[in-house]
Amino acid sequence: MEKTKIKELEKVVVKFVGDSGDGMQLTGTQFAGTSAFLGNDIATFPDYPAEIRAPQGTVAGVSGFQVHIGKSHIHTPGDKSDVLVAMNAAALRANLYSVPSGNTIIIDTDNFKRKDWEKAGYDSDPLESEELKKFNVVKAPITSLTRKALEGIGLDNKSITRSKNMFALGVVYWLFSRPMDYTERFLKGKFGKKEMILEGNMKALKAGYYFAETIEALPSAYTVLPSDMEKGRYKSVMGNEATAWGFLAAAEKSDKNLFLGSYPITPATDILQEVAKHKHFGAKAFQAEDEIAGIAAAIGAAFAGDFAITTTSGPGLALKGEAIGLAVMTELPIVIVDVQRGGPSTGLPTKTEQSDLLQALYGRNGESPVVVVAAKSPSDCFDMAYNASKIAMEHVTPVILLTDGYVANGSQPWKIKKMADLDDIVPYTINSSDNAETWEPYIRDENTLARKWVVPGTEGFEHRIGGLEKDETTGNVSYAPENHEKMVKVREEKVARVANYIPDLKVEGNQEGDLLIVGWGGTFGALLTAGEEVEANGRIGLAHFNYIKPLPKNTAEVFSRFKKIVVCELNNGQFVKYLRAELPQFDYLQYNKIQGLPFSTSELIDRFTEILKED
Amino acid sequence: MSENPKVEYRAKDFASDQEVRWCPGCGDYAILKSVQKAMPELGIDKKDIVFVSGIGCSSRFPYYMDTYGFHSIHGRAPAIASGVKMANPNLSVWQITGDGDALAIGGNHFIHALRRNIDINILLFNNRIYGLTKGQFSPTTSLGHKTKTSPQGSIDNPFNPGELALGAGAQFFARIEDINPKGMVDIFIEAEKHKGTSLIEILQNCVIFNDKVFKEWTAKEVKTEAFLRVEHGKPMIFGKERNKGIIQNGFKLEVVEIGKDGITEDDLVVHDAHEEDITLHMMLVNLRMPMVTGVIRSVKRDTFNERLSQQLEEIKATTKFKTVDDLLESGETWEI
Repeated sequence: MEKTKIKELEKVVVKFVGDSGDGMQLTGTQFAGTSAFLGNDIATFPDYPAEIRAPQGTVAGVSGFQVHIGKSHIHTPGDKSDVLVAMNAAALRANLYSVPSGNTIIIDTDNFKRKDWEKAGYDSDPLESEELKKFNVVKAPITSLTRKALEGIGLDNKSITRSKNMFALGVVYWLFSRPMDYTERFLKGKFGKKEMILEGNMKALKAGYYFAETIEALPSAYTVLPSDMEKGRYKSVMGNEATAWGFLAAAEKSDKNLFLGSYPITPATDILQEVAKHKHFGAKAFQAEDEIAGIAAAIGAAFAGDFAITTTSGPGLALKGEAIGLAVMTELPIVIVDVQRGGPSTGLPTKTEQSDLLQALYGRNGESPVVVVAAKSPSDCFDMAYNASKIAMEHVTPVILLTDGYVANGSQPWKIKKMADLDDIVPYTINSSDNAETWEPYIRDENTLARKWVVPGTEGFEHRIGGLEKDETTGNVSYAPENHEKMVKVREEKVARVANYIPDLKVEGNQEGDLLIVGWGGTFGALLTAGEEVEANGRIGLAHFNYIKPLPKNTAEVFSRFKKIVVCELNNGQFVKYLRAELPQFDYLQYNKIQGLPFSTSELIDRFTEILKED
Repeated sequence: MSENPKVEYRAKDFASDQEVRWCPGCGDYAILKSVQKAMPELGIDKKDIVFVSGIGCSSRFPYYMDTYGFHSIHGRAPAIASGVKMANPNLSVWQITGDGDALAIGGNHFIHALRRNIDINILLFNNRIYGLTKGQFSPTTSLGHKTKTSPQGSIDNPFNPGELALGAGAQFFARIEDINPKGMVDIFIEAEKHKGTSLIEILQNCVIFNDKVFKEWTAKEVKTEAFLRVEHGKPMIFGKERNKGIIQNGFKLEVVEIGKDGITEDDLVVHDAHEEDITLHMMLVNLRMPMVTGVIRSVKRDTFNERLSQQLEEIKATTKFKTVDDLLESGETWEI
């Protein structure tokens, strides 16, 4: 592994793009995994079409995986690609915008024949174009080189061609001085019993690596040194996976079985799949016949004593609305996860957005308050799933956890948590001091206003609940006018009092000053990075919300310390609408993006700089 | 559930302190009484019994039972009941539903509960009308029937709940009329004993919006001839004089008179509720006159919960993950 020239880089963004089916997600994941293993901080962003296999070679079928690795802390998958690996003409066409001139583009020339570039919508061969001359283009016949490398090992043609992603990965591994052993271990685990496929993949990987070493087209090899992250043991987590683990942890901590009632929907399905893998913890993953059955079964399970959750995305949350109302009325603990995607209706199923906030807050009939929280990064999904569970069980209330496609599919190094270090979860249930004679189903704790979670099988406490309005103590059906008003207010107040049990809003950066950036959910990384960049122009702070309803108690106080407030969201202004209603004493500026894409730091920097300049 | 409750219950022990509010003369009263009568005979502790319902007149039922109860939302009771049973398989779970609740808005959950064979008992109160919303046609309303939303007569083909249920994989189906309290008690007991989803269709009269809808069978002058009560292992005999019977003629069931045309009791079809093949059961649920009541199908098959617990136990025994810590520390990890 001798290299004449290895340049050290602070951070680098590599984007792998190809046809769906070319294995770009896997290639990207491997590059990210290897880099994390070497101690880099990483952030990833998979971007794939809604169709399983859109027509081959077309722009609609392009699937991409972006990896940002760094020595210093990084919070986003990056705006611009330092290296683009394009497996065909359509992939190049769809992604060239993200490569600043002078950067490297590795191209599989085998897929740039006339029919390929025509299919991609080019009028002439893009490899000959003026535009491409602005880049350092490495033309490599990746497909045919892979075929040559695997000739005669006994693999069928299809499997040989499929190994070309490993060849591409090999090229990039050489370019960034990455070792191949992480991927070797992965391939052994995946193809352990299919020796020929394992051999083919390994051969292709090495062929790519040595090809890159040999040709002189590559400017030099780079490396990114390990980051200065907090000491400890790490693993790589994806948001959805971390969400599932957070719930498993909460179930264990509360000494409850986890029940997940769900229905497959992009991009939330992975949570169901992950929980289904872990039935050994007593977790029951129930794939229901539809979204409504998913939450209804969860509500039944919660009534009968399991810690119950349901997972979905926007359209599924819409279907679950009536049942969430039932959980509000019956005051049962349940967590509803909404992995947001572009809407309305089916919208942009594989693209990210933050436009279900108002649905989460208000999307039900009647006065139907629930606690709403949001996760800000892939690893934060673990914490917020855990915290949502704690609130649900201790306050005996439904909680909606919002994540989004961006954090759900993104991955990040995660400092492994120990169960012993997590906060206790003590479900509010009856105990030995409770007397069945004096107990009533809707008697409340005077601090939290929670009613006790009493499950069937408990002798002497037989009771009936349901969706009809409840008498304030007995829980019997009551249409009494004053009782209804009282119950509406007490349900609202119960949610409001959760504010006494959640952390204060923290400000990153300056604690007071010229501009407060306000965000929530998955935009944290981009807002933080942009805020840090703009700081030279003014004193800037970032207030990022994990807890949305209720708002942290110090929210108004934090807002009052800054001259200007800008609320940034990937929607048409939903959180800002809520803030204007809750805290009308402040002026709010906005920055909204509704493109199914995450914020790029550069666009945020431009906007923040502009705001600082304005009077 | 405990086989021997600590106390000997009587029917009235199952009546809650809530005032029963159905229309005077409603068939629901008789059903409630029969359920309360059946309960003490089941030997189940009150604390281990749960009634779950959707929306509709019948769905007020849980409020009137002094057990655990959940009056939920329209059509979703099968899913809620399934969640209850999955969370705690020791509970005896009863779902109360009507023809609108179960077969219209809840049709999807209804068929999937049957398909999964979750061990719950579904009492389907079929009065062929929407009662609570005051008289619109339901999925079981007869073709041509005039209601508030079908003033010219219904043009919807009705479901036959038994046929639908068998098609969806029901392993227990019984039918009974609400004017037969003793019959109801017997069937409720059999349904609870059956492990798996038990569906009982109760032909129930709505005095206000669909009075005498079943009069073809239940009117005093016809009722002794209009119902065939089947019993497993017994020949299909009916009628006041016990002189009518059923024979199989090709793919059809035919009513015959014993003693006429040389027909003897030996020629009659003997009911086999335990036969896995649904052909005979399908013919029985579709027979219009006489209307077949009793346990038409009762076939033992693994329940969803049995499979679920088996899977949970198997994976618990073989897993390397004993606690969530093991999971969190699994896979590729590295030190910084």
